[in-house]
Amino acid sequence: MPTDIATPIHTKGFAKTLRKDKWWLYPGTVVFGLSCFLIYGLWSAWQADYYWFSAGQDGFGGYLAPFYSPLIFIKEGVAGAAPMEHSFFGPWPEWWPKWIPPSPSLLILAIPGVFRFTCYYYRKAYYRAFTGTPPACAVGALPRKGKTGYKGETGLMRVQNIHRITMYFALFYIVVFFYDAYLSFFRAGELGVGIGSLLILGNPIMLAAYTFGCHSIRHLVSGRRDCYSCGMGGEISHQNGKVATWLNQRHERFAWISMIWIVVADLYIRLVSMGYIVDLNTWGL
Amino acid sequence: MAKRNFQIYRGTKESGELAYYETDVSEGMVVLDVIHKIQAEQANDLALRWNCKAGKCGSCSVEINGKPKLSCMTRMNEYADDETITVTPMKTFPLIRDLVTDVSWNYEQNKKIKPVKLAKESKTAKGYVMYQKDVDRVQEFRKCIECYLCQNVCHVLRDHGQEENFVGPRFMIRVASLEMHPLDVEDRLPELKNEFGSGMCNITRCCTDVCPEHINITDNGIIPMKERVVDRFYDPVTIIGRKIFGPKKKKLPPIDLD
Repeated sequence: MPTDIATPIHTKGFAKTLRKDKWWLYPGTVVFGLSCFLIYGLWSAWQADYYWFSAGQDGFGGYLAPFYSPLIFIKEGVAGAAPMEHSFFGPWPEWWPKWIPPSPSLLILAIPGVFRFTCYYYRKAYYRAFTGTPPACAVGALPRKGKTGYKGETGLMRVQNIHRITMYFALFYIVVFFYDAYLSFFRAGELGVGIGSLLILGNPIMLAAYTFGCHSIRHLVSGRRDCYSCGMGGEISHQNGKVATWLNQRHERFAWISMIWIVVADLYIRLVSMGYIVDLNTWGL
Repeated sequence: MAKRNFQIYRGTKESGELAYYETDVSEGMVVLDVIHKIQAEQANDLALRWNCKAGKCGSCSVEINGKPKLSCMTRMNEYADDETITVTPMKTFPLIRDLVTDVSWNYEQNKKIKPVKLAKESKTAKGYVMYQKDVDRVQEFRKCIECYLCQNVCHVLRDHGQEENFVGPRFMIRVASLEMHPLDVEDRLPELKNEFGSGMCNITRCCTDVCPEHINITDNGIIPMKERVVDRFYDPVTIIGRKIFGPKKKKLPPIDLD
């Protein structure tokens, strides 16, 4: 026979649950990790200096901090700025507001930022961690008020559908980062290698592993087809799908690795450029 | 044999409480075994739904310590010896009694989906022709046992009560299994976007986490469907492509019976 009567079931409200495990660990880790990334990224972009290092050597080669690549414009006379020949469109524009630092990073962060923001993995992470919809599975979601209540991605958040468009641009960034990696293996035209080169090379590799596992790419190269037995195109699509799926299954892992890697690479080059760290390299400079 | 403590929901949707039970548990038992033992020895009127006891019928879905699970596939050794195990009915569906809920809403959602429409061109004297690599993706969704744990955990239904606007993960993958079918020529994307509410899903992946058949509902079912909606309604590149080249005709598997 029952020995006692206790609490009613299914208490309603934000974060209410009968779960007894540490469900808060995942959203807590995400809040910490993404907050650190956002704070560092915005701080680094706002600095507008010390994003280039070539040990004072002219000629081909040098380290470019990934948060500042590609260089659309370059402000001359700034400590740790890249030489003007690395600028896509020349010197810094006159019309730029005085109260905003002349940082090349501020011009290019939006696209990778929106690409990550609208990524299907990050959506899971921040919807759970920051908006509590829901904070964890079978844990009470943050109530939505208003005429229609919860709208998901049908209202304002319909904007998430631009992920496909930002993905097209994100592919361009990978090419640019690989060029930066190539550049980093030279100093004044001389081939060599340094810790900075390896960090800069790892960045596009990790970024490519993250980007090519993107659900939008997986869809375009394979998922949109229903017939893989239809000729050469079907076979190519089927094989591409296997690669994209392998990466897609590890999308979360590469999302975090690539995010941490870019921060470490950027910070390393900033500290080397400021003179706080001596870069170990084969050039001896 | 070891003494274990259970809390089981007893009551209807109007009134009910968690009742405590203490019972002997032997090695190898699953939660459903223990509930049956309590039913036999202490609570003959305890209502629960079950059938196969093998994780294939999808009948014994409940919430164990707050987590949606099949009680027949949840082993007692997953829990600490001194832990009180709480068993409650699925939260999302109307409670009938004790651990039994009314899941008939799900069958109504299924009726909304247009059935398969096979391409006539693929019909031969020996039947319809298709190939294994064309149906690999669809076969994953066919593993579904309709336990409705995914529907139960989906916060769109569970917390926000959007039953009118979202069919839920189980039926998103049902649509996916039809849309990805190599011989199906029906178009369900307009309903998927509007009536079925593909945009209501915000990809928090709880449906995938609780699926006892380990179907990757989100990555292999819901997101590919959302991407097809993007193709049709949001991506300027594919929209302009269709304007210039016209709608793409579905390619069908080659008919080669040799």
